[in-house]
Amino acid sequence: MPDGTRPPRLTVDGLNAWYGPSHVLFGVSFDVAPGEVVTLLGRNGAGKTTTLRALMGMLPKRMGSILFDGVETIGLPGRRIARLGMGYVPEERGIFASLSVRENLFLPPEIAPGGASEEEIYGLFPNLRERRFSRGTQLSGGEQQMLAIGRIMRTGARFLLLDEPTEGLAPVIVEQIGRTIAALKAQGFTVILVEQNFRFAAAVADRHVVMETGRVVDTIPNDQIGASMGRLRGYLGI
Amino acid sequence: MFELIGIPPQALLGQLFLGLINGSFYATLSLGLAVIFGLLHIINFAHGAFYMLGAFAAWFGLTHFGIGYWSALVLAPLIVGAAGIAVERLLIARISGLNVLYGLLLTFGLALVVQGLVRNFYGSSGLRYPVPADLAGGKNLGFMFLPWYRGWVLAISVVVCLTTWFVIERTRIGSTLRAAQENPGLVEAFGINVPRLVSLTYGVGVALAAFAGVLAAPIYSVQPEMGADLLIVVFAVVVIGGMGSILGSILTGLGLGLIEGLTKVFYPEASNVVIFVIMVVVLMIKPEGLFGSAQ
Repeated sequence: MPDGTRPPRLTVDGLNAWYGPSHVLFGVSFDVAPGEVVTLLGRNGAGKTTTLRALMGMLPKRMGSILFDGVETIGLPGRRIARLGMGYVPEERGIFASLSVRENLFLPPEIAPGGASEEEIYGLFPNLRERRFSRGTQLSGGEQQMLAIGRIMRTGARFLLLDEPTEGLAPVIVEQIGRTIAALKAQGFTVILVEQNFRFAAAVADRHVVMETGRVVDTIPNDQIGASMGRLRGYLGI
Repeated sequence: MFELIGIPPQALLGQLFLGLINGSFYATLSLGLAVIFGLLHIINFAHGAFYMLGAFAAWFGLTHFGIGYWSALVLAPLIVGAAGIAVERLLIARISGLNVLYGLLLTFGLALVVQGLVRNFYGSSGLRYPVPADLAGGKNLGFMFLPWYRGWVLAISVVVCLTTWFVIERTRIGSTLRAAQENPGLVEAFGINVPRLVSLTYGVGVALAAFAGVLAAPIYSVQPEMGADLLIVVFAVVVIGGMGSILGSILTGLGLGLIEGLTKVFYPEASNVVIFVIMVVVLMIKPEGLFGSAQ
């Protein structure tokens, strides 16, 4: 819950971004409080993934302001933003085919003390231990997702961007991912979650930021989700 | 002694050994080209010029400062590698993301400039670099004569190639390099300085070429075109082996050197073209190269 007493960990203000010549984000503004889980909801092409990529410094042209723990990151390269403590789990998991599971796990450098150890990650996702010498892309979709999340938990980053972690996964795996996100939240992690699976989002989030055509059109606290269902259906077309 | 289809074994083994020596240069140079192409997507036409600069640096050090062979073997790759990093930072980095042809033109032009400058100061007749005293002479093995220096070149080339393979396939920095070849944007988003990795990779690839150049100095004549002549063959080697595999470039380089040596024994007229004939055949049957992946 945003508690209003502590400053937000992230304040996005008037964020504009471009892919080459096409303008894709139009004045996106929202903030995220410490320990909060915020989802970005919206239809395909609404700008959710683009927003995460812009936060991560992966778009060539960005304007506006992104304050992360009080540091203006709009002009910083991605590697500096990651070093400030922002961990990224990209869409389609971003597992490297030419690296083994273990090499994938150890690819991101530690950016802060207190990250999960290799053993803790295997404890959380036992499948990864058995497959640790396999090529990353020989894993099932669910195992790849666990690897992508475990990989970022190892770095010590405590602000996570998760891009559709449940996409294309079996319900039992989706449940496991949900429990993992709940556990991270209980440990004080702050999470921005892009999600198409609305029921999953409602189960883990504190607040929902709704996007349409590159703009934020609504913000709905999770405890008002029942009352706002009609509005939300309109946005998402569900 | 027995003869094989009218060829005395001394001649056969001698030529095979020479073929392996040439092959070790092909392997070392194509390895550097493959590593550079993998990360920078640059077809480094300046590779031969850096090889030549390695040989020239060794000659220059010996002639003007009395720096011996063993020191040159360390210093020349360091100096030429540093020059390579400067070239990457100042020139190549500016065209990253453009069509691969721009990189080809840039490095080709660079090679012409460097060769022209060296020719201007030192002519093109070739300079002599002596075999280091420690490795002078050789041994008659009964079936062939083994010059120590050539044995050393073959051995150290194999060691350097296998070390490069080990670093890329089995170490942390190697896995970062492979990841950056696949998806540099994501590697950067994990907090890794990809532009620096790119510069370093280019520097190391170029340093490998310079190392080969120092090895070559006592064998071949040190002259401005030495790298350009070799590079044409090395490109054929790279095409045959395919860009995908490090071990593939090493094996292809050595193997083609051997085949070239064999051809010199059995049909010398064809020895200059045999690699290109193989290249044509490979391109027709497996266009991605023997060890390349179809992508």
